[in-house]
Amino acid sequence: MSSGIRLLRKDWMAAVLFLAPSLIGFSVFYLIPFATGLIYSFQDNTIDGTFVGLDNYQAVLSSGSFRKAAANTLLFTGVSVPLLIALSLCFAHLLNRRLFIRNWLQTAFVLPLVVPVASIVMMWQILFDWNGTLNVLLEHLHMGRMDWMKSEWSMVVLAVVYIWKNIGYNIILFLAGLQSIPKDYYETADIEGASGLHKWLHITWVYLTPTMFFVVLMSIINSFKVFRETYLIAGDYPHDRIYMLQHYMNNMFMSLNVQKLTAAATLMVAGILLFVSVMLMMERRFRSFME
Amino acid sequence: MVLFRKVALTVVMSIFALAMLFPILVTFSNSLMTESEIDYNYHLIGKMINVAAGEKNGFINLKLIPDWVSLSQYGEVLVHKPLFLHMFWNSVFMVLPIIIGQVVAASLAAYAFAKLRFWGREKLFVVYLMTMLMPFQVTLVPNYIIADKLGLMNSTAAIILPGIFSAFGVFMLRQFMLHIPYSYLEAAKMDGAGQLRIFYSIMLPLIKPGMAALTVLLFVDNWNMVEQPLIFLEDAFKQPLSLYLSRINEGARGVAFAASALYMAPMVLLFLYAESYFIEGIQLSGIKG
Repeated sequence: MSSGIRLLRKDWMAAVLFLAPSLIGFSVFYLIPFATGLIYSFQDNTIDGTFVGLDNYQAVLSSGSFRKAAANTLLFTGVSVPLLIALSLCFAHLLNRRLFIRNWLQTAFVLPLVVPVASIVMMWQILFDWNGTLNVLLEHLHMGRMDWMKSEWSMVVLAVVYIWKNIGYNIILFLAGLQSIPKDYYETADIEGASGLHKWLHITWVYLTPTMFFVVLMSIINSFKVFRETYLIAGDYPHDRIYMLQHYMNNMFMSLNVQKLTAAATLMVAGILLFVSVMLMMERRFRSFME
Repeated sequence: MVLFRKVALTVVMSIFALAMLFPILVTFSNSLMTESEIDYNYHLIGKMINVAAGEKNGFINLKLIPDWVSLSQYGEVLVHKPLFLHMFWNSVFMVLPIIIGQVVAASLAAYAFAKLRFWGREKLFVVYLMTMLMPFQVTLVPNYIIADKLGLMNSTAAIILPGIFSAFGVFMLRQFMLHIPYSYLEAAKMDGAGQLRIFYSIMLPLIKPGMAALTVLLFVDNWNMVEQPLIFLEDAFKQPLSLYLSRINEGARGVAFAASALYMAPMVLLFLYAESYFIEGIQLSGIKG
């Protein structure tokens, strides 16, 4: 007993030493900024500010451009994330079948993940410009041109770019999930004469669920990173349809409106945390259900 | 029949794979065109054509195979545009310290999270995880103020230091260490080795693949940096290559493809060389510990 406690205390001291470098830096560059931002969002001024309650939040929530940005971000994440997941699950299944050159194919799907955004911007311009290649195709089909980046279609373009970049990441995760399902589950189901759909729903889907939680989370995080592409293609003020929360925050920063920026940031974080907690709750339910 | 299905599926998947590779292939093939050919093909990008004023309606002309294979773009970028190489090295000297620093700091912290028992371990780890979810813009202002207070403004340290301490490395290496059984460490403990000794001579050799995977993932992520230098580095001379390219696309279109190809080449080569580590790293981070 006493030796156990001593061991724990020893662990504790070692833990402090091991954690110190990381924790100090992490606090200075992540925790403290986040806490400070939270405080700013309730004050009227960053220097000697007074507490103003929810005024900043009220201002942000009633601002047209914030609402537009929030709606766009929600819409983009809400549509492109499920689409990405469905597509990557589909391709993971196909890559998991009997195939020639499977490793080459997998490499091709993952490669876009490592291609830096800035080096591919020129390519997106060529495809989606008013005089661009996609419009050449449309013209051939006698459908007339489309101003891709300056219309409602701009969000579709972003979704394509997002899926192109991130599909490989999800495919890898799903492949690992698929390959961890024991083969004999399927064999047993075969003997019992289960249909393909039945097997998928009752074996594949159930055993992929833990992977699915992680994929959903990562896909959402990555959907926020699409800002880089949008920014490099369309600049500070893109078409209304792709004006995202990050644009809003960036522009608030440029105009030195710290109150609105921190309030908007806190709202966004609150949204993310709410979603993550719901996911974690569902995951816990699922785990207790499996046991 | 089985063979036929296998061939058919391979063909279908190859078409999709080519579509995925298309932008990359175009970039490399177009980087071998002469500047005048690029200009001829793509001068209509971003141009509004006024048909009423008698201008001819046209399209850009996406081409895969150059008329003449030429290295003139590369020559132009590497020799006549000194800023390019300068910013290339800026990128390198920004990414390397981040990788080295993060691998060191994160492997130490990950060991504590994975193998040492202390009060509040799980809660603190969740806090680390939460920061991974937040977009960069969320802590923009306080980050700016802290960088200012520490005297880091307009210095690459304002980018390198936060890069070193991002939570991702701690998260990934912890996942990796959880797979290493306690029994390996117990034996050394019996022999009276201290934690630092156990970490250094037992844990570190075992997590080498994890560190390699982290290195690749960090390289990819930081090579791609856009937001941070935009805010913290006013001085164009200090900025990384990503920002150079966003400007070159507007101006000197003739060399944009070669510049892009040179920018993505290190990533593509690193990926092809270390693909198994890369994939292992991603899969490991997805497995629940």
